[in-house]
Order: sequence, then structure tokens, then C-alpha cells
Amino acid sequence: MGPDEPRGWRAWLATTDHKRIGVLYLATAFAFMMLGGVEALLMRSQLAVPDNTLLTSERYNQVLTMHGTTMVFLVVMPLWAGFANYFVPLQIGARDMAFPRLNALSYWLYLAGGVVFYGSVFFSPPEAGWTAYTPLSSGPYIPGNGTDAWIFLIHLTGVSSILGALNITVTIAHMRAPGMGWNRLPLFCWSMLAQAIMIILSLPVIAGAVTLLLTDRHFGTCFYDPACGGSALLWQHLFWFFGHPEVYIMILPAFGVISEVLPVFARKPIFGYKAIAASSIAIAFLSMLVWAHHMFATPLGAAALVFFMLTSMTIAIPTGVKVLNWVATLFRGSIVLRTPLYFASGFLVLFTLGGITGVMLAIFPIDRQVTDTYFVVAHFHFVLVAGSVSAVMAALYYWFPKITGRMLSERVGKLSFWLQFVGFLATFLIQHSLGLSGMPRRVYTYGADTGWGTDNLISTVGAFILAAGVVLTVGNVVWGLHRGPRAGSDPWKANTLEWFATSPPAPHNFDLVPRVRSVEPMRDIRREIRTRTATGGDR
Amino acid sequence: MLLSTLVAAGALLALGAPTASAGALLPERGGSPNADRIASLYTVVLILAALVFTGVAATLAFSLVRYRRSRNPVPAQIRGNTRLEVAWTVIAAGLIVFLSVFSITKLDAIEHPDRAAASPAAVAALGLGDGGQEGLRIEVVGRQYVWQFVYPNGAYAYGEMVAPVGVTVKLDIRSRDVAHSWWIPKLGGKFDAIPGYVNHTWFRLTRAGVYRGQCAELCGRDHARMVAQVRGVTPAQYATWVARQKRLIDAARQAKGG
Repeated sequence: MGPDEPRGWRAWLATTDHKRIGVLYLATAFAFMMLGGVEALLMRSQLAVPDNTLLTSERYNQVLTMHGTTMVFLVVMPLWAGFANYFVPLQIGARDMAFPRLNALSYWLYLAGGVVFYGSVFFSPPEAGWTAYTPLSSGPYIPGNGTDAWIFLIHLTGVSSILGALNITVTIAHMRAPGMGWNRLPLFCWSMLAQAIMIILSLPVIAGAVTLLLTDRHFGTCFYDPACGGSALLWQHLFWFFGHPEVYIMILPAFGVISEVLPVFARKPIFGYKAIAASSIAIAFLSMLVWAHHMFATPLGAAALVFFMLTSMTIAIPTGVKVLNWVATLFRGSIVLRTPLYFASGFLVLFTLGGITGVMLAIFPIDRQVTDTYFVVAHFHFVLVAGSVSAVMAALYYWFPKITGRMLSERVGKLSFWLQFVGFLATFLIQHSLGLSGMPRRVYTYGADTGWGTDNLISTVGAFILAAGVVLTVGNVVWGLHRGPRAGSDPWKANTLEWFATSPPAPHNFDLVPRVRSVEPMRDIRREIRTRTATGGDR
Repeated sequence: MLLSTLVAAGALLALGAPTASAGALLPERGGSPNADRIASLYTVVLILAALVFTGVAATLAFSLVRYRRSRNPVPAQIRGNTRLEVAWTVIAAGLIVFLSVFSITKLDAIEHPDRAAASPAAVAALGLGDGGQEGLRIEVVGRQYVWQFVYPNGAYAYGEMVAPVGVTVKLDIRSRDVAHSWWIPKLGGKFDAIPGYVNHTWFRLTRAGVYRGQCAELCGRDHARMVAQVRGVTPAQYATWVARQKRLIDAARQAKGG
């Protein structure tokens, strides 16, 4: 850092350093996660008992819209953008992203999207759900301009994500360390690359779709209004053409994290590197061809129903291959059970369950019984909370020492894991039953005669246990920032180049970039150090 | 502790979710053949799913226990096994092909209205053509926040549909405003009511009684209050009811000077 460069908080405002931008993303996204979590607890509290009056129906619809939108656009996507910003350049031995100033712009656009969206809390929050189905969102059915705030959130965070994805793609394509061919690219980078391609292909579609929604709402156009020749279903097709890849945009980076964490804590190479990398690309491709499985209850036609059923089931093959490769990585390893591996193991169990219910949902007659019920709510929370958020937790415990130079508490970390794991199961496993016995999603209350009271109460208690687990990790981070034991550059004896840099890394990351000779360059470096020093060292 | 929870999670899926209430494990059934057939298909898929999940969870739990550093200090240096990987890819694909083919063979009976003829008495009572094979057609119209049912003779009603037992009832589902979703769990899956479109489904009540459901697509502030029910009655009772409903509506219309 030069003598005339800004310091303190000004340095954070003006930064173009990928690590600082990564930290800004992570801190902001965790703050929004707290808001989205409070919204989730509000909904669970309202549903804890039948005929509850904690929230009015209007307020409930606002909270459910804020919760879904927040978690997707302001939490999970930017969390991965944060980790990718910080670790993709380090993992490939680069000194920054390809376009540092564009990178800063991405972050500020994201923050602007969040501020615009939450600004609506002081006026009239949107209440059409995060899917904003037309004509509910386009017609005169909801007073106020909350839906417009939602549209601008999509525009701002969408541009942010597209710019970020271009940056990641170019960085990975052009800035890899000498010797790092595509067959030596870390699996986290492979999954971020596949994710970036999906963002580039699918986010422009939702940007176009919400623009049409905006002109329908304010400029008298008729894209979605059947009364003047538009189509209410056009919105659903455009939304899900984006919305299904979006699911994989949120889960593919999780796959990458799991593929990094498992070999390190099993002290064993990843099983089937090529299959894992290739299946990420296969999933990215297939995910563009399955959108109408979200619309099995709409009038679609037999050919479309069967086509989307078959493509949706096909995705289970590359996903199943990944799960088997991960389990095989642990098999015959020498497992060190640290907190990142706890979260990764929890991910494996719960994500597998969520993936399996996904196959059930792909069969459209079954889907018509369980879609739009609590069964689907359970399914996608298994994929996105037990999947994505578990992997975020694994990534946090794994990479926190690199970002801060300090370790998190293992005891608190493991306690946090157990609270999250048990709380999650209590919250969501039982929701499958609620859905099967007829409880639709997005209802603000239900009658006592429905018999759903007990299951809902269990679910609500589970949600508070889950929240306690997350709060414990936040506390652990606050404690670790100041009190955590010093980490050193390579506390886990890991495989990839970010552990070659100091903790935290210098602004330029590396004094020298080593030549990469395998998919585990740090292992090679440790071996070389061992052969060169008389004292020897750990493997 | 990790092991016990992993095993418990596996057992939970194998045994189903931890609750004893009806509809806890399987979709609702017992009102109409299509709902019954969906529940049967679901049962087969659930058993397969439970087997796959238990297999994965058990292997994971075994690995986490057996290959702890304390019990296995030297990790095997294996980077993959092409034959094994090809094998499990083929097995996964085979399972998916089986599920697809199995589901497709069940589609016809779920999707298409039952062609079983109604009893002669029912055909006579309802005035159905084609020996009752064509069934009875009722229009379902969703609007904020009530369902309207329009019968072949022009009679209509709100909230509760009266339908004859033992006769195929075909529904034409429309919406007057926003998207709604028609769903009576015991009578088969959901079918969205989308403005500008007509959606179709059917049911054939196996016994008299009241079948409850509610709108399943977020349709506004009182979405949770948009309930629906189908009351199954004998064909003769249905014929009497629908004729009386028509008379009442006509009388009311005349009284208003229409």
C-alpha cells in the first residue's frame, strides 16, 4: 500500500482489492442473512399455532416475499460471490481478479440493490412472493409500489452478478499460475466457472422479464395481461428459465467447497477429480433444460410434461455421481473430524435427501400432489439451507483462518453444527408430512380442524434451534476476529495455493507464484520442503 | 454422536417422517382413482428413494467411523477408479431409466378420465350420453377469494361443489383474476387456474362424503381463506340438487327483474 493511498474505512470504500471486496460481500451478505432469518422466525412464529394473529395476512405476505428474495439475491448468491472473490485468485495463483474496478462496481451494485429493496420497508413492501407471479404482481391487486422495489433489486443485483460472473470467467481462463492446466484447476474454481456460465446465460432473461413487468405496471404494455392479449404464463416460463438455473447457481459453489474440504480432512486425494469437474459442467448444461418442472400444474401439454420430467430426472445422474465421489473420498481416508468436515458431512446427508425428493418432484403426477405445499418448502430448504448454507458454514470455518489469520473455536463450531443439524431436521423433515397432508405453502394461517397444529409447532421450535446455531457461529466469528489463536499460513495442511500465501495474505497475495505440477500444489510444496530440511515434517 | 445422528437420519427416512398423523408418509388417497394411483406410484418411488438414501448415509457413516485418524493413521492414496466410476454412473442412469419408464406406464391411468361406465341408474338420473363414458362436466372458476362451480344446466354455486358418486366428473378450470390452484388432496393433484387459459382434470368419487381442500397458489392477502370442498352424493340426489339450484337461481333472477 502506497503512502498516499486511503486508510481506515476510506480504504474499504475505495478498494479494488479482490480480498477486501470479498470481505465486503461476506459481511454484507451475513448481515442480510440475519434479516432473512428474522423474517423466517416471524413466519414460523405466526404458524406455530392455528388461527394465530401475530401477523396479518398482508404483513405475512410481505414477510414471505422479503424472506425468499433476501435469501436468494442478498444472501446466498453474494455469499458465494464473496468466497469466489477472495479465493479464486488465490487458488489459481493470481494477484487479483482480471477487472478489479469492475469487481468493486459489482459489490456496490449489490449493496444498492439491497438498500433499494429494504427501503420499501418504510413504504409498502412487495407481497407477491419471490416468484412474483403475474397477474398478481402486474395487475391492480397489490396496492403500493413494493413490487417496483423488487424489480429494481432484480435489476441491480442481476447486473452485479453478471459483471461478477464475467470477471470470474476471465480470471480463471487467463490468470492461472504457470503449470496450472485445466486438469489442475481446483474444484472450487471449476464449480465457480460453471456457475458463472449459468449466470451469464440465465440472468439476462430475468432482467428482460422484470423489465416487461415494469412496463406492464407503469406504461400500459400488455405482455402478461390476458385481458389485452398478453399471457400470464409467459412470466412463469421466463421466470423459471432463470429460476431453475438459479438453484444451481446457489448450489454449485457449495459442491466446490465440499470438493475442497473433504480431501483435506480425509488426508486423501479427491476421488474422481475429472468426474467431479465434468459433472459440474453437465449440471450447468442440463439445468437450462428443466425449467417447466416448476409449472407441472399449469396447462402445459403432454409432450412438454414428459420432456421436462425426463430432463429433470437426468440431472440426478451427474449429481448422484458427485455424491458417490465425495463418499468415496472419505472411504479409506485418515479422517480428522474438524468443524469444516462436520458441516461437509451434514451437507452430504441432508443434500442427498433433498436431491432424492427432487427426483420425486420430477415425476409430474407426484409433483401435482406435493407442489406448492410444505413438501416443496421442505425440499428446497434441504437443497438451499442444508445444502448451500451448510457449505457456506464449512467454507467459513475452513477459510476464516486464511482471511483473518486466526482460528475459530472448534468447540463452539461443533456445538453450532449440532444445533443447526438438529434444528434443521426438526424444522424441515416434518414439513414433508405437512405438505402430504394438504397444507399449501404461503398461507398465513390455518384452522385448528386441519390437524396441522402439532407438526407446525415442532417445525417452529426447530427453527429457533437452527437460528441459535447460526447465532453461535456469528458469535464465534466475532470472538475469533480478536481472540482466535493465530493460524499460520497452512493450519489444515491443505492442497491448494491459497494456503501458500500468508494469513491474511499480503495485498499482492504472493511474493512469488510457484509452478503448479499437480492438482494439489501445496502438498507438492510441503513434500519438497520436507526433503530439503533435515528435521522433516508432517505429510 | 455424529454416527448416531447419521443413522437416525437414515432411519427416519426409511421409516418416514416422525409423525403418526394421516398423510404423514404418503399423499392423500381414498377419494378418487387418480389420487389412489398417484399414491401407489409415490409408494414405489419412496421405497427406492429410501434404499438409495440409506445406502449413501450408511456408507458415509461407516467411513466417518472406520477411517478416523485414530483407527486408520495411513490414508489410502487413491485418485479414482474408472471402472467403479463408470459402474456407478451406469447404475444411477439405470435407476433413473427404470423410474422414468415405470412412471410413464402409470401416466395414462392417472391423466385420462376413467372410461369405466357409470351405472344405468346414474346415467338416467344425470341424463348423460354415451352410457356415462363421457362423464359429467363441471366448470371451476377461481377468483379472489372464492371458487365458483358452474353445472351443465347453467346452475352455479360457490365454495362447495356437489358431485355425484361413481360417475367421472371432468373439470374445466379457469380464473377470473389472478392465478389460483385447484386442489382437493383426496381427489388427485393440483391444477392451476390461470387467467386466459383453461386447465383440465377429473375425478370419480368412490364414496359419498365431504372432501376438503384449498387454493394452492398465492393469490393475494386472503389466499389462506380460499377454501374449497367437494360433497359427494348419489346421482339421484345430485340430479335433484342441481335442478333445485337452477330453479332458485332463475327465481332470484326473475325477482330482480332480469
